[in-house]
Amino acid sequence: MATRHSRSAARLMMAPAVILLLGWMLVPLTMTLWFSFRKYLPLRGGDLGWAGLENYSRFVSSSAFWPSVQATLIIVGGVLAITVCLGILLALLLDQPMWGQGVVRILVIAPFFVMPTVSALVWKNMFMDPVNGLFAHLFKAFGAEPVSWLSQAALPSIILIVSWQWLPFATLILLTAIQSLDREQLEAAEMDGAPPLKRFWHIILPHLSRAVTVVILIQTIFLLSVFAEIFVTTQGAFGTRTLTYLIFQRVLESQNVGLGSAGGVYAIILANIVALFLMRIVGKNLDR
Amino acid sequence: MARAVTPKRKAITTALAWAAGLVIFFPILWTILTSFKTEAQAISDPPVFLFFDWTLENYGIVQERSDYMRFLWNSVVISLGSTLLGVAIAVPAAWSMAFVPSKRTKDILLWMLSTKMLPAVGVLYPIYLLFIRFGLLDSRAGLVVVIMLINLPIIVWMLYTYFREIPGEILEAARMDGATLKEEILYVLTPMAVPGIASTVLLNVILAWNEAFWTLNLTAAKAAPLTAFIASYSSPEGLFYAKLSAASTMAIAPILVLGWFSQKQLVRGLTFGAVK
Repeated sequence: MATRHSRSAARLMMAPAVILLLGWMLVPLTMTLWFSFRKYLPLRGGDLGWAGLENYSRFVSSSAFWPSVQATLIIVGGVLAITVCLGILLALLLDQPMWGQGVVRILVIAPFFVMPTVSALVWKNMFMDPVNGLFAHLFKAFGAEPVSWLSQAALPSIILIVSWQWLPFATLILLTAIQSLDREQLEAAEMDGAPPLKRFWHIILPHLSRAVTVVILIQTIFLLSVFAEIFVTTQGAFGTRTLTYLIFQRVLESQNVGLGSAGGVYAIILANIVALFLMRIVGKNLDR
Repeated sequence: MARAVTPKRKAITTALAWAAGLVIFFPILWTILTSFKTEAQAISDPPVFLFFDWTLENYGIVQERSDYMRFLWNSVVISLGSTLLGVAIAVPAAWSMAFVPSKRTKDILLWMLSTKMLPAVGVLYPIYLLFIRFGLLDSRAGLVVVIMLINLPIIVWMLYTYFREIPGEILEAARMDGATLKEEILYVLTPMAVPGIASTVLLNVILAWNEAFWTLNLTAAKAAPLTAFIASYSSPEGLFYAKLSAASTMAIAPILVLGWFSQKQLVRGLTFGAVK
């Protein structure tokens, strides 16, 4: 099998990727950690010395913190609920025999390939605009007062935009999982006279549980750092300032690097908790 | 597998599925349609769906006023450059993990994936600072490197899963015949791995093309790709629906086409093999 020669060659070949990723992880992370303990205001005097844990306590006690946690949770939770539920329904539907299945699949998956800034702008202007948006036209057609979506219902609007982008991902993965289901088991249940709802509840849903977990974990990691959709729509106004957006504002807009870095450390810890669960599932799969 | 269903049931599912598909696709369709309208028709009340005077003028105006081609070129350079650079670094790594696995291979692979979970905003300022220090702010080279690094874990991972499907006996046979390591990789492994490498490139070009955190924060006018160009339309004074639609259509069209070919790779690349 592998000789000592090939083993050292293998190590050498792995080195560039490992070293690059190690650097990419450690260098900025160390800097963020360092800044988080400093009073660092680049535009107002620069590095003003050691701050201890002050940034950490100030970030958490600022009036913007809890609303941002709340906005983050609502967006992540809302998008997860919508994409998983609709994703399961769509996957079940797309799994049925039909005419033009390939085309329908393409239609459903398409939003995933639209860049975030485009989908945010299209939704903001062409659908949610209170004067010229399609929703406004629709409301007027039914005699209702048009809603200024992104200011009056900003969070639901962001959730709608982000859900639209992530529904294809959830659907595609759940569809893949459904297709790996043992058909004979399902047919046997059908022959035994199990009604569709019972078949779904006792056979399909348990089979999907793993895929659902994976969808939830992966999406959570990406959803925690939703940025462009907020950047081009509300800029964090009307209660849509998420943790990610708050840190961005602290660091780049108000140039309070110490404070923003402390926030960054919180965000990294949060993401790592989610990542830990995901990695456990991935790791189990590697053994097989 | 063909399951016996009544034509009636098939007709109902077909209708339902098409309806769902069209609803989901509608925003894209509407954008494409609006890009062929005049500005007046784009905001006409009630909205016109198909029966308007189709025009191509928006596409010309977008290019003329904003030098669209430059942003497009930036997108192409950044997404292709970062992916190809990433693949060049990842192929040897994935090869050694797949064919000369050690006890730590699994841990290294998982660790690589975990770097992907690092929230970008947590390291925004350090990267920003390093970019200023090394004169990389608003440069394509800087973005190529950063986007290569954020996609490198996925590239290594995907290549690893593809390489593992290649039977190791073939490589051993080549070794028996006296092939050197270089020859083994170049003439035996690579031809067999081409489909896997192509799929990896495809998915990662798409991910890089649509990346909208670093491209928005690290570019200004010079190196801005399409993500940042489109974001500049969010200012109210620059708001013209038909032109916004034309710019958007051009920005998403190439990737939509690529995306349709990459459905399967999407599952493999983004779930890290946890769903098969």
